[in-house]
Amino acid sequence: MLITLALISGAGLGSMYGLLALGFYVTYSVSNTVNFAQGSSMMLGAVLCYTFAVTWRWHPALSIVLALVLCALWGMLVERIAVRPFVVRGSNAWLMATVALGIVLENVTLFVFGKEPRNYPSVLADTPVEIAGFSLQPLQLIIPAVGLLTAAVMHAATRHSKAGKALLAIVQNADAARLMGIDVARAISLSYAASTVFAGIAGILIAPLFNVSSDMGTLFGIKAFAVAIVGGITSAWGVILAGLLYGILEALITGLLGSTYTQILTFAVVILALALMPNGLFGRAGVQKV
Amino acid sequence: MTILANMLNPTGRRLAAGCGVVVSLLVGASAAPAQEPIKIGLVAALSGGSAKSGEGITRGLTIAIDEINAAGGLLGGRKLMLLRRDDESNPANGQTAARELMDQEKVAAMFGGIDSPVALGIVPLANKEKVPFFSVWAAATPITRNGANPNYVFRVSAVDALVDKALVQYARKTFDAKNLGLALVNNPWGESNEKGLAAAAQEQGIKIAAVEKFEDRDVDMVPQLTRLKAANADVIVLVANAAPGAQVMKSLQRIGWSAPVISHWGISGGRFTELAGPWSQKVAFIQTYSFFGLQNPVGQKVLSALKAKYSDIKGPEDVVPPVGVANAYDAMRMVALAIANAGTTDGDKLRQALESIDRYEGLIKNYARPFTAENHDALNENDYIMVHYIGDNIEPIAMK
Repeated sequence: MLITLALISGAGLGSMYGLLALGFYVTYSVSNTVNFAQGSSMMLGAVLCYTFAVTWRWHPALSIVLALVLCALWGMLVERIAVRPFVVRGSNAWLMATVALGIVLENVTLFVFGKEPRNYPSVLADTPVEIAGFSLQPLQLIIPAVGLLTAAVMHAATRHSKAGKALLAIVQNADAARLMGIDVARAISLSYAASTVFAGIAGILIAPLFNVSSDMGTLFGIKAFAVAIVGGITSAWGVILAGLLYGILEALITGLLGSTYTQILTFAVVILALALMPNGLFGRAGVQKV
Repeated sequence: MTILANMLNPTGRRLAAGCGVVVSLLVGASAAPAQEPIKIGLVAALSGGSAKSGEGITRGLTIAIDEINAAGGLLGGRKLMLLRRDDESNPANGQTAARELMDQEKVAAMFGGIDSPVALGIVPLANKEKVPFFSVWAAATPITRNGANPNYVFRVSAVDALVDKALVQYARKTFDAKNLGLALVNNPWGESNEKGLAAAAQEQGIKIAAVEKFEDRDVDMVPQLTRLKAANADVIVLVANAAPGAQVMKSLQRIGWSAPVISHWGISGGRFTELAGPWSQKVAFIQTYSFFGLQNPVGQKVLSALKAKYSDIKGPEDVVPPVGVANAYDAMRMVALAIANAGTTDGDKLRQALESIDRYEGLIKNYARPFTAENHDALNENDYIMVHYIGDNIEPIAMK
C-alpha cells in the first residue's frame, strides 16, 4: 500500500523533474548551453499564475496562458543577456551568468511577491477521490499525464513542423543549417523560450500541492539538472524517463525510510549511475572527428 | 575641499581651515542635547513560512517601546530604538545578525524569534558577550536551561518540558488518549519535544505508539502518517511550524484519517489556515495568551494601542498570532524595568536587575519574582491555554 502510494506520488513529482530536464535538453541540444535559472523559471510560472488567478482574480485559463507567455519572454531574456554575450566570445561564463540571473529573479520575487509561502487554492487539490482503494487528489493524476503529454507534443513538433525540423537540423550540424538559411540565433532564442515554458508548466501544476513561494524552485532545478545528466542530456525521452525513475526512487525512499534519508540516498544513486554510465542512461558519447 | 584649498594662497588656506574647525565645533555643540538612544535588538524570522511570528513580536515590542518613549524614555530621557534583523529561520544567519547587533550596534538587550534552532545558536554568543537575550517565542527547554553561570538568557514564553506536560494532559482528559502518535519536525525543537513528550507520557501513564519525523520543507507526510495509523495511534501530537504543519493536515486529509490532532504553537506563527485549508480547524493547540474575553487593564491598554497603530487590527480576532505580541510586550516592559532599576545598560548589572524584579503587573499575568538566579522562565504551565482556529481567528477552547 505504501509502495503503491509512493509510485503514484513519485510519478507525479518525477514527471515534473522530467519536464524541467526537458528544458535543459532543448537548450543543450541546440546550443550546447543550459539555463541554470530553470528552477527559478518554474517558480516564475507559479508566482505569475498565482498573481493573475488568485490575487487579481482573472479567469484561470487566461492566467495560465499569460503566465506561460511571460515565462517564454523570460527565457528569451535569459538567453539574450546571460548566454549570448558569452557564447559569441567563446566563454563558458554563461554557466554562472544564468545561475546569477536565477538568484536575481528569486530575490526580486521575494520583494514583490512577499516573504511567505501562499496557498494556491484549486478544486483539483481539495477533496480527495477514491481510486482503486487509494485516496488521491485529482491533481496527482493530472500532473504525470500533462508532463508526458508535453513531452509527446514536443516530440511531434520537432518531427512534423518546419520549426521543429530546423531545430533538429541545427542539432545535427549548426554550420550546415546556417548555410541552408536556418536562423540559428533565432532558433536558440526559441529553445530557451521553450525551456522556460516547460518550467512554467511544471510550476503551475505543482503550485496547488506545494504552496507558492519565492524559493520553491531552487531544489527542483538542481534535481532536474541531475536528472538531465543521468538521462543523457542528448535524449528527450531519456530525460523524461530518468525524471520518472528519480521521482519514484525519491518517493520509495521517503516511504520506506523516512524523509531524513531521502536527499542523501537519491543523490548517492545519481553519483553511482553516472559512475557506471558516464553518458547518462540514454545518452551517447559525442564523437569528435579529427 | 582640497581643490578649493589648492586655489588659495597659504594664508587663505589657513583661514579656510580655521573656518572649517569653527563651523564643525558649532554644529557639534548644537547637536549635543540629542541623547543617544538605547538600542534594542530583535533577531527573528521576518520572511518565509513563519514571517507572521516575526511581525507579531515586532508589534508587541513596538507597542511597549512607544509607551516607554512616550513616558519619557529611560535613564534620563534616552529613547528606546528597535533594530530588527531577519534570520530567515536559519541558525547561521541568526548568529551573524546577533553578533552584528551586539558588536557593532551595541544593543542593550536582544530579543529572539520563533525558531528554537536559531535561538539555541545565539545562546552561547549572548552568554559570551554578556548581553541579555530574551526568547519571546522559541520554546526549546535548553534555551534558558543551558547550564551557563552566569546565564544571560531569559524567556517570557512557553517551555517545551512544561508544554509537553500540558499537551499530554489535554489529550488524556479530552480524548481519553492511550496511544499517542508523535509527528515531529526533524530539528532541535522537535527533539526537545520528543524528550518532553516521552517524559510526560510516562509520568501520566500512557503510551507513545510511534514517533515519526519530517523535514521542515517536506510537502508530503503521507508515509509518516500511514505508519502512525498502522501503529494504532489514537491521538496525533504535532510539533511543527505553519508550513510543514499545514502539509501534515493536508496529508491527513488525503488519507482521510480523522484522529484528533493536538499541536504545539508553531503552527500559529504563519498562515496556517490558508496553507492547510479546512482541516486547519480540527487542531487544538497551545498559547500563552488570548486577546479574547475579559482583559485586565494592561490588556485593554495594549489592545487599544494595537488598534490605533495598525490599521489591520480592528478587534481581538485580528491580533494573530497573539502569543508573539503578548510575550514580547511583557518581556520588553520587564527589560525596561530592569534598565531603570539598574540605572545602566551594562550587561552584567542588567542581568542582576532582571533576576531581582520583585513585581510587575503585566499583560499575561501579574508577575511575582519572574526571574531568579535558578529560574529564567517567567511563565509556567499554569499560564497556558488551549485554543483552536475558527476561520482565521485563534480562539480559546472552552475547557471540559
